[in-house]
Amino acid sequence: MNRPVALDTEQPVDERLLSLENSYSYSSDTLAYIQRAARYGLYDIRGLGAKRKLPNFDDLSFLTAGASRYPLEGYREKCTTKTVLGTRFAKKPIVLDTPITIAGMSFGALSANVKESLGRAATEMGTSTTTGDGGMTQEERGSSKTLIYQCLPSRYGFNPDDLRKADAIEMVIGQGAKPGGGGMLLGQKINPRVAKMRTLPEGVDQRSACRHPDWTGPDDLAIKLKELREITDWQVPIYIKVGATRTYQDVKLAVKAGADVVVVDGMQGGTAATQQVFIEHTGIPTLAATKLAVQALEDMDMRGTVQLIVSGGIRSGADVAKALAMGADAVAIGQGVLMALGCNSPFWWKGNQRVSAEADYHALGTAPGHCHHCQTGKCPVGVTTQDTVLEQRVQPDMGAKHVKNYLQTMNMELTTLARACGKSNVHHLEREDLVAMTVEAAAMAGLPLAGTSWIPGVNGC
Amino acid sequence: MESVNVAERTDSATRVSFDLTTASVRELNAFLHDPAKLAGIEQVTVLNPEGAHNLAVGVAAPIDIEIDGNAGYFIAGMNKQANVTVHGNVGWSVAENIMSGTVRVKGIASECAGASGHGGLLVIEGDASSRCGISMKGCDIVVGGSVGHMSAFMAQAGRMVVCGDAGGGLGDSLYEAVIYVRGTIHSLGADAQEEPMTDDDYAALTELLGKAGFDHDPKSFKRVASGRTLYHWNADAEQDY
Repeated sequence: MNRPVALDTEQPVDERLLSLENSYSYSSDTLAYIQRAARYGLYDIRGLGAKRKLPNFDDLSFLTAGASRYPLEGYREKCTTKTVLGTRFAKKPIVLDTPITIAGMSFGALSANVKESLGRAATEMGTSTTTGDGGMTQEERGSSKTLIYQCLPSRYGFNPDDLRKADAIEMVIGQGAKPGGGGMLLGQKINPRVAKMRTLPEGVDQRSACRHPDWTGPDDLAIKLKELREITDWQVPIYIKVGATRTYQDVKLAVKAGADVVVVDGMQGGTAATQQVFIEHTGIPTLAATKLAVQALEDMDMRGTVQLIVSGGIRSGADVAKALAMGADAVAIGQGVLMALGCNSPFWWKGNQRVSAEADYHALGTAPGHCHHCQTGKCPVGVTTQDTVLEQRVQPDMGAKHVKNYLQTMNMELTTLARACGKSNVHHLEREDLVAMTVEAAAMAGLPLAGTSWIPGVNGC
Repeated sequence: MESVNVAERTDSATRVSFDLTTASVRELNAFLHDPAKLAGIEQVTVLNPEGAHNLAVGVAAPIDIEIDGNAGYFIAGMNKQANVTVHGNVGWSVAENIMSGTVRVKGIASECAGASGHGGLLVIEGDASSRCGISMKGCDIVVGGSVGHMSAFMAQAGRMVVCGDAGGGLGDSLYEAVIYVRGTIHSLGADAQEEPMTDDDYAALTELLGKAGFDHDPKSFKRVASGRTLYHWNADAEQDY
């Protein structure tokens, strides 16, 4: 590994003569990018999601009750969070105790301990978790009461036995971090078990294709969905997941193809590894995608018939409440639950003791709070790794407890906001309960700017 | 022994038929998935398929299924154990994700035949269109005629035998699957290369041609496999991983 070395200067520099004017166009991040590109001749691959500043749910606020609205007592009166998904065609729709679900993440990107932790936490909270590009593990199926089985372009480990064990199927067309792109699990994360599940040699970089091998357009997709329904005897719901780009059209096509549930993943959504240029420069924010997806369902008169799950940068109970108020039926969370497990934390848990991981972050050339090195397989806190030593840094008992706590906290926040809006059911939250704090958010979310009735782009304004 | 219409089935019947002019695809597949209904059944015949999609998908039983005519997309998808024969042509993605058993197409197959197949044998007695064997993961495919462009794209494991010609971009981005071609290869895809035949290759070809029912001389085939130069995305780069 070659590190830049400090240049020796023959003469001391007189700092009083230096101009330290910053450049907006050539910021320190841009300089680092250019210097890195010049050195290696390759783009950067990394994990997690977009880091750029984007309009998001923080730019919305609730108009809770006052004289014109009647609130529910926050600590006494019941507010239901029951959520039903997949009522359109499936004989056995998914019934959850909360609208907060766990997004698809692969065994391979994550360790078996992490997958088990997620399954156990989801089960305790009465929600669902989702497989990923590595297929279904026994640990995950065993620990998850409600498990969604993804059908991805790579079809790594995909088989009809696991398909029939699933509680729902998610046909993945794209994801918010890299819509239109595939994935890459770099060789350093391919241990013998991962290699076997994916039918590839150990240590080989595994490309996850960007297109499905057996269908192309939406007309084929409709037939493909019927194949999956026939194989599972029309028992379980089928979701279609799209990365947020042309969301209005994509949601309409997903509905036409026969989806029970549409999952829309905004550009803040995470990944285990893809090109930085993809993560930061493709797709639209989750806020805008939610508005377009709801609009598509309403225009087809399918709202309530086809359920909508929104994902991509959902972090808190407030985010969940705002997504539901905008029209989502549920949300899916990926990065947030990884952070609950320790992602970007300065320490990991050994029993009840905290152990510093700072040295391992530094060895990766990063620090807690800045790490996105999921692709290396050297996760300092044992979340995104297959390393036999590192993976022990997440133990299922502690991991499940932390994820459950996080989900529980969000669920409490969600009901707190709903009650304050006078709702006894979180699904009764509505757009009328929201305003936007910025012009950009007002335009993207289709909500009035706070203190005005102005929705940019509506009625010629 | 003649097949009897499934609606007129008796306890002693071992061969039943579904006439798709009166029965639905749903009824056919539900029957094929139900161990109780399949008890004692050795063969199921599908009459008048008329290009219907999704016939005999997700079967996981050691029975013979005869499809008497042309059929549509995803025929015998995800097959396990069953021996399925189509007496006609098929649309896209026949035997996609096949796990075991045998699927035989007496006519020609459209695109993506055997896509992502994990095991078992797919035989296409006529030609197969483009992307035959795409992403295959351990199944065997024998094509009596020619295959279209980009066949065996990103194929991970298994063997594909082409008795005729292969279209452009054969074996692009191959992993560990091996392709045998008897006729002309219009072009090889990225990282695919012709390699010398070995005794193991001749033995494999003898086995596969025998199972498929072709009597070509194994010595008339060429071997195509991965050059393995794409196995690591940035092998020459100084990445700080």
